[in-house]
Amino acid sequence: MLNKSIRRVSMLILFTAAAMAACLFSISTGAVMVPLRDIVNSILQYDLSGMHRDIIWNIRLPRTLVAMVVGANLAVSGALLQGVMRNPLADPHIIGVSSGAGLFGIFLLVVVPQYDYLLTPAAFVGATLAAFIIYLLAWKDGVSPLRIVLAGVAVSAFLGAGISAMLTFYSDRVHGALIFMVGGLAAKSWPDLAIILPYSIIGLGLAMMFSKQMNIMMLGDVNARNLGTRVELSRLLITATATLLAASAVSIAGLLGFVGLVIPHIAKLLVGSDYRMLIPSSALLGAAVLTFCDTLARIMFSPIELPVGIIMGAIGAPFFLYLLRRKRA
Amino acid sequence: MNRLETDRLSLKYSDRIIIQHLNIAFEAGAVYSIIGPNGCGKSTLLKALARQLKPAAGQVLLDGKAMSSLSGKQVARQLSYMAQTQEQIEVTVKELVGYGRTPHQPYWNRVSAKDREIADWALEATGLTTYGDRLLHTLSGGERQRAWIAMALAQQPELLLLDEPTTYLDIAHQLEILELVRELNQQFKMTVIMVLHDMNHASVYSDYILAMRSGEIEGFGSPTEVLTPDLLGRVFGVKAHIEAAPEHGKPICRITGLIQK
Repeated sequence: MLNKSIRRVSMLILFTAAAMAACLFSISTGAVMVPLRDIVNSILQYDLSGMHRDIIWNIRLPRTLVAMVVGANLAVSGALLQGVMRNPLADPHIIGVSSGAGLFGIFLLVVVPQYDYLLTPAAFVGATLAAFIIYLLAWKDGVSPLRIVLAGVAVSAFLGAGISAMLTFYSDRVHGALIFMVGGLAAKSWPDLAIILPYSIIGLGLAMMFSKQMNIMMLGDVNARNLGTRVELSRLLITATATLLAASAVSIAGLLGFVGLVIPHIAKLLVGSDYRMLIPSSALLGAAVLTFCDTLARIMFSPIELPVGIIMGAIGAPFFLYLLRRKRA
Repeated sequence: MNRLETDRLSLKYSDRIIIQHLNIAFEAGAVYSIIGPNGCGKSTLLKALARQLKPAAGQVLLDGKAMSSLSGKQVARQLSYMAQTQEQIEVTVKELVGYGRTPHQPYWNRVSAKDREIADWALEATGLTTYGDRLLHTLSGGERQRAWIAMALAQQPELLLLDEPTTYLDIAHQLEILELVRELNQQFKMTVIMVLHDMNHASVYSDYILAMRSGEIEGFGSPTEVLTPDLLGRVFGVKAHIEAAPEHGKPICRITGLIQK
């Protein structure tokens, strides 16, 4: 019993350290290398003058923080959805968050680009609207996870057709839309952080609150109901929380895949399936991995900056396969 | 007073009516078995009794109170239901049994010493004390079944509802589960209602048998009253020879063939 608590706390400390390391890596690395001492100084003493201070405060620190929050949001959203849909392939795509945000975002970027400053709220509205429609379509005296998954596939295909149609009609403007579709954090700064942070704090707080309930939901509807749970209400609230987290993330960073699907699996391989551990672990690992990959995306082909979505897929997927095989062996 | 009863209970899946206007009462302290052919509505009835299925009409009463007027937690403190098939989940036996305490815990509270004590008792009662740290999916079928029963016991229910608890088990493990059920009934005064396929098991291990066909009650009473060649012919469409076993005097059925239509 005691052993287990010690193991759990040390895992969380380890993940926190990983997130911090990714954070420092991100702030120090780039076209200009900033030594660790200057980072510490400029963060602790705001009035330190000089170029390093400007780079850190105006460019790298806000972008790093946005990466951490986006990573944490997507990972926790995925962890919640995989549990509540009882489907290891579930991620924010499944409740239409990506296709909804995609449709509204692409519409704005290619059809009415003069309003592109509205991208974030439009994508957020699209994401939540799509999730709401899918939930509604799946409802029939309650919602079964399978029906949500199927309704999600259908609605996403429908919205995807809309996205493709727009990209075809306005093929000259596709480039601007491409980064949004792959997902990237270029030029993200304090205003973006200010937008996402409230959703993130509320969403992550709710996710922690629901973690005990998630453990019960994992036993399946019948057993959860047998233990006194209001299964439909729990599923609705948890799905809504996951939607809030994912919608705020994709409306800032575009349709980043992978984080929401794979980070929860990595967390589960490392800490097991108790959601009281899985939620904070997913949040920390999501923050660490996205921040790390975003830094690589900035420097790998410098001066060209890749969208982080490409790096996530290219590095994350093989790493995930490696973990999966190692665990089996 | 009747622990659990139904009042003109009607049940349906989508538009298919399974059971119509059923009245039946289960008394405290006895073991009941429900038998009947596939699709007769026995599992459906059990689900409704366990509050897993909403009645289309009529109601289920728990101690005379409409179950629909009680909260999920209130019911869960008195009644536990175990489905026929269970989910594949990655938890240790100890964790699983711990979840059984949920209806007795306020949401924010940590696991109390009492919760732990009761979970330990549930493990001991099911003979799983040494299996606490094993992962559920690494257990054998019989052990896994006992782990789920242990979770139900941690709920400290007065009513235990089991849907075919012996399916997929070999004969020794089947009897092990049924012996456990008998012990829970005799030692802890639990009322047990279970769906069984094997009428001889029903005969030996229950005080009362409820025989169903097409959503209706064909017989309800002691094994000797219910298990007759006539009833087995009507319910299952089989010819049966019945005699009292010399070991315990309970009726034992020997099926000799199908009744030709």
